[in-house]
Amino acid sequence: MKFTLSWLKDHLETDASVEEIAAALTDLGLEVEEVVNPAAKLAPFTLARVVHAEQHPDADKLRVCRVETDEGEKQIVCGAPNARAGITVVLCKPGDYVPGIDVTLGVGKIRGVESHGMMASERELELSDEHDGIIELPSGKVGDRFVDWLAENRPDAVDPVIDIAITPNRPDALGVRGVARDLAARGLGRLKPLEITPVPGGFDSPIKVQIDDSLKQKGCPYFTGRLIRGVTNGESPDWLKARLTAIGLRPISALVDITNFFTYDLNRPLHVFDAGKVKGDLRIVPARGGEEFLALDGKTYTLRAGQMVICDDAGPESLAGVMGGELSGCTEDTTDVFLESAYWDPITIAATGRALKINSDARYRFERGVDPDFTLPGLELATQMVLDLCGGEASAVVSDGAVPDTGRAYRLDPARVQRLVGMEIPEATQRATLESLGFTLDGDMAHPPSWRPDVLGEADLVEEVARVASLTKLEGKPLARETVGVPGPILMPMQVRERIARRQIAALGYNECVTYSFIDAGAAAMFGGGAEATRLENPISSEMTHLRPDLLPGLLQAAARNQARGQGEMALFEVGPVFHGGEPGEQRLQAAGLLVGATAARDPWASRRGVDVFDAKADAEAVLAAVGAPARMQISRKLDGWWHPGRAGVMGLGPNRLAVFGEIHPRVLRDLGLKGPAVAFSIWLENVPFPKTKTPTRPALVLSDLQAVERDFAFVVDAGVEASVLVNAAQGADKALIERVSVFDVFAGEKAEAQMGAGKKSVALAVRLQPRATTLTDKEIEAVCAKVVEKVGKASGAVLRG
Amino acid sequence: MADDLDALLSRYLDAIREAADEAALEAIRVGALGKKGEISLKMRELGKMAADERQAAGARLNALKDEIDAALRARKAALADAALEARLAAEWLDVTLPARPRRTGTIHPVSQVMDEITAIFADMGFAVAEGPQVESDWFNFDALNIAPEHPARQEHDTFFMARDPADPRPPHVLRTHTSPVQIRAMQAQGAPIRVIAPGRVYRMDMDQTHTPMFHQVEGLAIGRDISMANLKWVLEEFCRSFFEVPDVELRFRASHFPFTEPSAEVDIRCSWEGGQLKIGQGNDWMEILGSGMVHPKVLAAAGVNPDEFQGFAFGMGIDRLAMLKYGIPDLRAFFESDLRWLKHYGFSALDLPTVFGGLSR
Repeated sequence: MKFTLSWLKDHLETDASVEEIAAALTDLGLEVEEVVNPAAKLAPFTLARVVHAEQHPDADKLRVCRVETDEGEKQIVCGAPNARAGITVVLCKPGDYVPGIDVTLGVGKIRGVESHGMMASERELELSDEHDGIIELPSGKVGDRFVDWLAENRPDAVDPVIDIAITPNRPDALGVRGVARDLAARGLGRLKPLEITPVPGGFDSPIKVQIDDSLKQKGCPYFTGRLIRGVTNGESPDWLKARLTAIGLRPISALVDITNFFTYDLNRPLHVFDAGKVKGDLRIVPARGGEEFLALDGKTYTLRAGQMVICDDAGPESLAGVMGGELSGCTEDTTDVFLESAYWDPITIAATGRALKINSDARYRFERGVDPDFTLPGLELATQMVLDLCGGEASAVVSDGAVPDTGRAYRLDPARVQRLVGMEIPEATQRATLESLGFTLDGDMAHPPSWRPDVLGEADLVEEVARVASLTKLEGKPLARETVGVPGPILMPMQVRERIARRQIAALGYNECVTYSFIDAGAAAMFGGGAEATRLENPISSEMTHLRPDLLPGLLQAAARNQARGQGEMALFEVGPVFHGGEPGEQRLQAAGLLVGATAARDPWASRRGVDVFDAKADAEAVLAAVGAPARMQISRKLDGWWHPGRAGVMGLGPNRLAVFGEIHPRVLRDLGLKGPAVAFSIWLENVPFPKTKTPTRPALVLSDLQAVERDFAFVVDAGVEASVLVNAAQGADKALIERVSVFDVFAGEKAEAQMGAGKKSVALAVRLQPRATTLTDKEIEAVCAKVVEKVGKASGAVLRG
Repeated sequence: MADDLDALLSRYLDAIREAADEAALEAIRVGALGKKGEISLKMRELGKMAADERQAAGARLNALKDEIDAALRARKAALADAALEARLAAEWLDVTLPARPRRTGTIHPVSQVMDEITAIFADMGFAVAEGPQVESDWFNFDALNIAPEHPARQEHDTFFMARDPADPRPPHVLRTHTSPVQIRAMQAQGAPIRVIAPGRVYRMDMDQTHTPMFHQVEGLAIGRDISMANLKWVLEEFCRSFFEVPDVELRFRASHFPFTEPSAEVDIRCSWEGGQLKIGQGNDWMEILGSGMVHPKVLAAAGVNPDEFQGFAFGMGIDRLAMLKYGIPDLRAFFESDLRWLKHYGFSALDLPTVFGGLSR
């Protein structure tokens, strides 16, 4: 919302400077975005008088002038035809910056004659396009500042333009008068009265209006209008054109300019029909649907059933409250006009505007809510202005419907301001504030003015009082703790777990990423997502169309981008939500890590090797241990399609999947443009069971004084048998005695098969026996070993290697 | 005999001095002190001597034996030292070579700043609440006093989820702010309540300074007498602690949010000199957050009696706080996962921010 200082002063009697006004506006909640003060660039220029002018000795079109200035008489060479003795001019001295020619002046020599400055034209000072000669001022003394002369004689030229942001609750501040009212309430001046004198109708309007019954309750409660005949739709007067130009509107014709002026001056959008083009009466009706409407923006809109239009006998002439029609628009030839001032329901206007994607000043204001009580007064004021600027004769007012009753009242509890805001404001001040904002006070009941649809409760009264009093003055007051003493933990166990997982993964050497929650359809489908329910209706790009079903696609894409930048080795991770549906809560917390390329850069120690599945497994185990997963889990191969089917595993407890680790499927790498090797782990943090009882006490440490015994076994077994089968069987041979079974060697492949037969491998186990009561005899040890061989053999078909 | 023994000693000492290795030393030892060694044989001869003669000769022989033994030991130690010196010299390595590689991980600035915020508000008694990122329009808008057709709803640049045409419900949205967590938290635990809710939010906006996803933290404190003055104090304390400066000055400016009343935008005093931001001093003001007293309709929507309870809420951008505190220039880079960026702006895994140890190093 833009306006100029002088425009504001039409409504506000004030001596405040533009800086004071800007500060107050921001503080009141009408945030100033910019103040443009044209006087700033004209500040250095002063008035001077040409004392003598004579022909330049070497140039036909130049004159050498002696000019009386505040710094004495100067010689200036001038090319303007009107440079002559006796005129008062605007002087730019050496050192001054002249905006219209983008030059900082120096002392010059023009065809051999020195020139100490210049006398400016309007264009050189960006006052207008006038450049036929230098400015001749009809008044003013030598040495006066030019900006002061302008302020006195041409105030529009130095009128500061203020641009403020209006929050959606303040439609009243979309008119200059509303802004002035806030400033007056703050004490920055006095709101000038707005005189409304009804214009008597000289005849009956030949165009009548009628609101369809279905729209009287909601849609168009009140419509007023009148015919004005015999108008001349010429150019607007300079003051009006200057106003509109200053706020960025292009003056078009007096009638159009008047409607724009009322929109910004009083937040009263109007519409003018060319009465000569209206056939019959005007009816406000819901569209039947399918009608085509050519709007003032030159576009044709197809209306949907129910959208509110103003029709004549020929069809829709205006999209009520949103945009007028081209066919009944005013032109230079218009002589009879029908002037409309109506109150449109905000919700209906918003729905139509949004459906047709029309953003107009009228829609913007009506959907926020204009003052319903001001419908008829607005028509009267606008009529007077049309008569003043365009001549003509006004008919009697025609109308339908009635001003909707917006009367309501809320109790002003002066103590509530203190209680809610924490500021001491005397009751009298509170009442005065509300009254200056237009509220009517009746005892302790405050009736909001008709232009404040946002005031809907007692809390709103507090807000008005507080913001006018200035929240800047609010002093902070300590918020007491709810409990006494050392505060307890505030994070939930799951929140703690998320943090532990994140920092554990970082401690393992991974760099944390935060990737977008939405990914492209292809990547989503590749990772089990892409369902319709997870699709965004209005994605911002084709790369961000679906909620991510998994963290890995985002990490893989990030890795591919880094590869393209020449990064070879990478360890990336993310902890965050992934989505299996489009309903609230259909999200899970995942932690995923991705290793790409080699384990290290090249070095003298041959540390460099490709990352493999056991790197991923080690990290998955470390994270699971950190978040409290049990040490022993089953490893299955019920793998999703994006894992290498032979080089990945699922870690679980029964049907509960806790984690997956392994190589990424080569096809996925290819489709995402990533060079392998790439291995990853993925952990479902919520699936890790919490301990059944929470106690800081550890189980007692049981240490045996008896010597442990370790025995090694080398088994020959079918190559396809998993080591865990052997380990579990060995473990089961004597649960009390066997403390640990570990695999310490695997011999497989061609050489192994050459030794042990086709399809065979050797697996070496170390079995550690920990006696509890007495030292083991050789016989006892042999018995356990035999049982290990037997159990392992039974479970896996393995035999001891000969 | 005395002359014999002196000669003998001298001979052995020379031999010991010249022994080149342990084997030579051992041969000397055996030759002198072994069972059939020269000295041992002489000791045996003592038995044949008269008593007085034996006493004198015995003492001299023992002294001789001790001296040779000591010389043997000393020479042995010297040989061992020399051998060690030789080994150490041979074991020289070029220690300027690089160490064995060890990866160093990092924590993303968003996570780090969330932990910082959590640490500060935990100290003031705020718990951490969470909510879903796909929200119903009721939680995201209606419950927060943003009516369906109100322009405020359009200003949110909302992402909508696809809706099956057969499903009559309005489409769900990606939450446009963390404020719906206010409603969920109050519904779940009622009042009084003090929570913060950090998390991802989404707006359909992408340019130099906007990304379609970013992070906010919501704050909510509801009690019987919690006022806007308390809000100001809490925010002052937060800013002072977060920006790690001795003092901050906040300015409340009246504003409008549908879910608070009165509402205020909050500016912080700062200076921008040479592109360097300094919080707490200077003549500039920078907007950092929006806040206000929770609207009675919002309390009612969340099942809290507005006649009994009142309190404040605020919301601020986590990414922006991270940018301001750590001098990170570009928001978009937060989500690009450029390894160089992650390593440069990331934090050590062990840098867990605490109130007792300080938030940053």
